Amino acid sequence: MFITWPLVQSALELGLIYSLIALALFLTYSMLNVCDLSTDGCYTLGAAVGAVVAVNGHPFLAMLAAILAGICSGMINAFLQTKMKVESMLAGIIVNTGLYTINILIMSKPTLSMNDTETIFTMMKELLADTPFAGAYKFIVALLFAIALALLLLLFLGTRLGLSLRATGDNIAMVKSSSINPVLTTTVGLCIGGAMTALAGCLLGEYQKSVDINMGTGMVTVALASLIIGETLVGKRSVKVRAVGVIFGSCLYRVIVAIALRFNLPASALKLVSAVIVGIAISMPAIKEIIALKKTKHEAMIKHKKMIAQKGGR
Amino acid sequence: MLELTNICKTFHPGTVNEKVALDHLNLTIKDGDFVTIIGSNGAGKSTLFNAICGGFFVDEGFVELDGEDITFVPEHKRAKYIGHLFQDPMKGTAPHMTIEENLAIAYLRASKGQHAYLSHVSKKDKEFFREALGQLDMGLEDRMKNPVGLLSGGQRQALTLLMATLVTPKILLLDEHTAALDPGTADKVLHLTKKIVAERKITCMMVTHNMNQALELGNRTLMMNNGNVVFDVEGDERANMTVNDLLEHFSVRAGKDMDNDRILLSTKTD
Repeated sequence: MFITWPLVQSALELGLIYSLIALALFLTYSMLNVCDLSTDGCYTLGAAVGAVVAVNGHPFLAMLAAILAGICSGMINAFLQTKMKVESMLAGIIVNTGLYTINILIMSKPTLSMNDTETIFTMMKELLADTPFAGAYKFIVALLFAIALALLLLLFLGTRLGLSLRATGDNIAMVKSSSINPVLTTTVGLCIGGAMTALAGCLLGEYQKSVDINMGTGMVTVALASLIIGETLVGKRSVKVRAVGVIFGSCLYRVIVAIALRFNLPASALKLVSAVIVGIAISMPAIKEIIALKKTKHEAMIKHKKMIAQKGGR
Repeated sequence: MLELTNICKTFHPGTVNEKVALDHLNLTIKDGDFVTIIGSNGAGKSTLFNAICGGFFVDEGFVELDGEDITFVPEHKRAKYIGHLFQDPMKGTAPHMTIEENLAIAYLRASKGQHAYLSHVSKKDKEFFREALGQLDMGLEDRMKNPVGLLSGGQRQALTLLMATLVTPKILLLDEHTAALDPGTADKVLHLTKKIVAERKITCMMVTHNMNQALELGNRTLMMNNGNVVFDVEGDERANMTVNDLLEHFSVRAGKDMDNDRILLSTKTD
């Protein structure tokens, strides 16, 4: 069979784990309106920190450590953007570059294997060992994390701080004259984004039982694609619906990639496939607009011809 | 009471574009004053407002509000007790957020302590917002879940006014806040302004280019030129003053004719 359930399942697992990064960008890019390009490095940072702690026998502490590392990364990024007034894209690139060295220092070698390490996934596997869900343990972990993080994010966005953060991205002049400190909201946003990205890295490292120094390369593009696919799918809706759309977009992206790879493409084609999908996804709003305009023109022309025909008939 | 002492502000110092915007300005605004401000283009009216609200820090001098020195207090902290409306109705509200969410942000001024940041908007707050919106008489209380971007310019400016006064400010700065609206809407927003300011006895400063308005509204009129107050009138003298008297005073004090084209246009048509 061309598309098998295991294929879709593993695509969904990856999609759900990567949806944490897409949600992080949903917060920083869609809500706060800053371009956080530190994603690649921050993701690897989370994976590296998580792996080192997990290998030493602390699977839960690994996640906490990854989150804290992500917050630190977000904090430095925010410091550059707010206090030092560095352009947001540039600040992200600087942090990203610095993180490469940090990540190597943390891992102490370019790849780490976690084959015999106890992780959240192996723990779930043992927990579900004799139940009907035994085969879906990875999927369940990924799903639980995606749902929990999305709920926490939505809960946060509903608070006054969350509203202030959204306003910072929407109208900075209004924020300043409403007694909100934009430095605070930007910092909080980037720290949460960093924490979620790093947690995703930690989970993915544990999922594939290995961490590689280059595993984060291109991650920001992939996450951005997921975000835009999700936002395009749901359109202009409430924040809650959009957040669900982002998770859905991330899963859909992975399924598309999985299908594309079934066409016996060489592994090296993966990047090109990704780029094409991202390109199409990002162009979607413009394509929709062009189609709508064509339709309007077409209908107007029909009406016009009808009118001429009626006049001629008189 | 707002007290400005010896305020100086120069833009682009040391360059060919150097511009002295405020030149050793001294001004005291008493509690409950409603001051209208007129002046030529580039007289320093908006700069004066920025000095008060903290849009930038002044080069020299002191800004004191109710006896507290706020000269170097950052803008967002001053915003807790200073309301500021701009000419552009788009500046005061977040377009992609709902009316309710915008009001919740404005209402942050009322909250004390850090824990307030993590609280959600309560039912009681929402009821309070609904009541406040009712005052505007624009039917906005039934559209609280609509994004503000869907509102007209006049509705947005009325909402901004409501947001700036939701928690009574110590001083309200109005920078030609009706100038970008069509005449009917401008009248409505101005009427609301008068009502809110009078009901709550808010100390208020308003820049206007309409000379009639400058004399009709409030209890005191300031005329600015070259970064300073050149004429300050209140009481009986102001009550008996006509627009022509005002223009004459200006040319005497400033040593030139009023060159604010919008003022001149509005004077002719009125």
